[in-house]
Amino acid sequence: MSKFALDRLSQKFPEAFAERYTDRAGGDWAVVHALAIRQVLAELKDSPDLDFKLFGSMDAVDRLQLPENQPRFEVVYFLFSVSRNEHVRLKVRVSEAEPELPSATSVFQGANWWERFIFDFYGIRFSGHPDLRRLLLYEEFKGHPLRKDYPLRQRQPLIPEKPVKDIFRGPGTSGVA
Amino acid sequence: MTTDAYNPNFPDSVPGEEGELEAHLKTKRMHINMGPSHPATHGTVRLNIELEGETIIHVDPEVGFLHRGFQKSCENVTWTQCLPYTDRLNYVSALANNFGFLNAVERLIGLEIPERAKYLRVLGAELHRMQDHLTCVGAVGLELGGFSAFLYAIEARELIMDRVTELTGARLTTSFGRVGGINRDLPDGWIEKTVKSLDKIHELVHEVDLLLTANRIFVDRMRGTGVISAEDALDFGFTGPCLRACGVNYDLRKAKPYWVYDKLDFDVPIGKNGDNFDRYLLRMEELAQSEKLIRQALRDIPAGPVILEDWRIALPPKAEVYGSIEGVIGHFKLIMEGIQVPAGEVYDATESPNGELGWYLVSDGTGHPYKVHVRAPGFPILAGVARMVEGRMLADLIPTFDTINMIGGEVEQ
Repeated sequence: MSKFALDRLSQKFPEAFAERYTDRAGGDWAVVHALAIRQVLAELKDSPDLDFKLFGSMDAVDRLQLPENQPRFEVVYFLFSVSRNEHVRLKVRVSEAEPELPSATSVFQGANWWERFIFDFYGIRFSGHPDLRRLLLYEEFKGHPLRKDYPLRQRQPLIPEKPVKDIFRGPGTSGVA
Repeated sequence: MTTDAYNPNFPDSVPGEEGELEAHLKTKRMHINMGPSHPATHGTVRLNIELEGETIIHVDPEVGFLHRGFQKSCENVTWTQCLPYTDRLNYVSALANNFGFLNAVERLIGLEIPERAKYLRVLGAELHRMQDHLTCVGAVGLELGGFSAFLYAIEARELIMDRVTELTGARLTTSFGRVGGINRDLPDGWIEKTVKSLDKIHELVHEVDLLLTANRIFVDRMRGTGVISAEDALDFGFTGPCLRACGVNYDLRKAKPYWVYDKLDFDVPIGKNGDNFDRYLLRMEELAQSEKLIRQALRDIPAGPVILEDWRIALPPKAEVYGSIEGVIGHFKLIMEGIQVPAGEVYDATESPNGELGWYLVSDGTGHPYKVHVRAPGFPILAGVARMVEGRMLADLIPTFDTINMIGGEVEQ
């Protein structure tokens, strides 16, 4: 679907790509090395015959429970080109020991909030981000809830919860099961 | 209907030199909080505003008050059980979210749904597009002081809600459709009732149009406010009416037709100024186009099954469940283990009322999703709202916040 764009990029930056594959639904993916991501995004955006100017979205995947789980995190990028009418799908893999990659905010303003979202929920840092704060959760929140090792029912309320007998709130609240 | 048709030539300002007779008083920068619970913030968002006089210097939207762990919840239930969570993303157009999610799951499995189900999905999605636009347009009127326009819009919305209730059994949280099609067919007499409702809605929309579109106060507050350029809009990731108002022709129903949109005849309106008034006009025109789509879908809808007859995907009919061992097993396995989606990943998007609703789904081959990423159309738009109002008056924030139609549920997941 976006073979042309990815072919062009791998010609221009042959060392930037770690892997290329096509998913079952026909979407073409490219796995990009962390240090090259900003360069690749800038080329996609600024090259006139690629024209991937619409910043789709970003997110991350914690691969902890998948068969192939090293390095642990994958950050995904979706861009769209209105003139070429296609999406491009990119991936960057980052390790648990050093969960950091360059920020895309200097290329796309839209990356700002998505990177804050990923930082909030996965604890992946983006170097060069102007304002890397939590986006949806509160500042005092401990941990990163979309990591697979964060318990589903863990609660950390800012205001202490009153014990309510009839409601099961999961372990670790106020001693009432 | 073009933008120009709605530009009555009002004189722009009072003659005399700009600011000649103003009292130049010294002002101090001031920080004010709008929200988290403010009538004009539609949901719970807190805007930290830095003001110089009445001019906005900086806006920092603080979101997350409605965060309820959408992704985490989805990762811990079966694919079908995710459906009620998707209702609550954009609760004004739940059907668009339901069907968008189901479409992505079907892409991941590689399913083709029956023709009648495709028509039903178009019907549902377009009804809720009308509902979403009516709510938005009505709210703009309300917050700029036109209460009657709001009442007409809500009356029309109520008709849609009644039809949707008959169809799905719920007013807001529809949870309609299942992987592989639709869980129930149209009720008797629904088509005739819907056609009559559309006639009534058409009149009511016309009423709103008469009240707002050439209203001097309304036009003055909408035109030229909340402007964003096409480059900035693309850069932030705007989609839907907010992007098309800037003159970018991008609508997934035309760009990558899904269901039966390629068989139906409709136009995609495009604006050019990227301001509040264009976004309002665009929504009004999309109302008319959605009505056209619904009428065509009602006319063309073929007979046939509404869901696949594959018991690994869709529940067997009740007679089979109670009458045959295969039926019991099919039912049991689907309820207890969920649909076995083969391991893989997919990015799929549909055009929801506010723009591209994208899903990035990862399956590890079990009955539960491994990852459900939702690209809510409101998320990038709210991220870009600061760009639209900085350097403008505080009062411009109200119509801007209305016309971007930010929905807390989808932005804050």
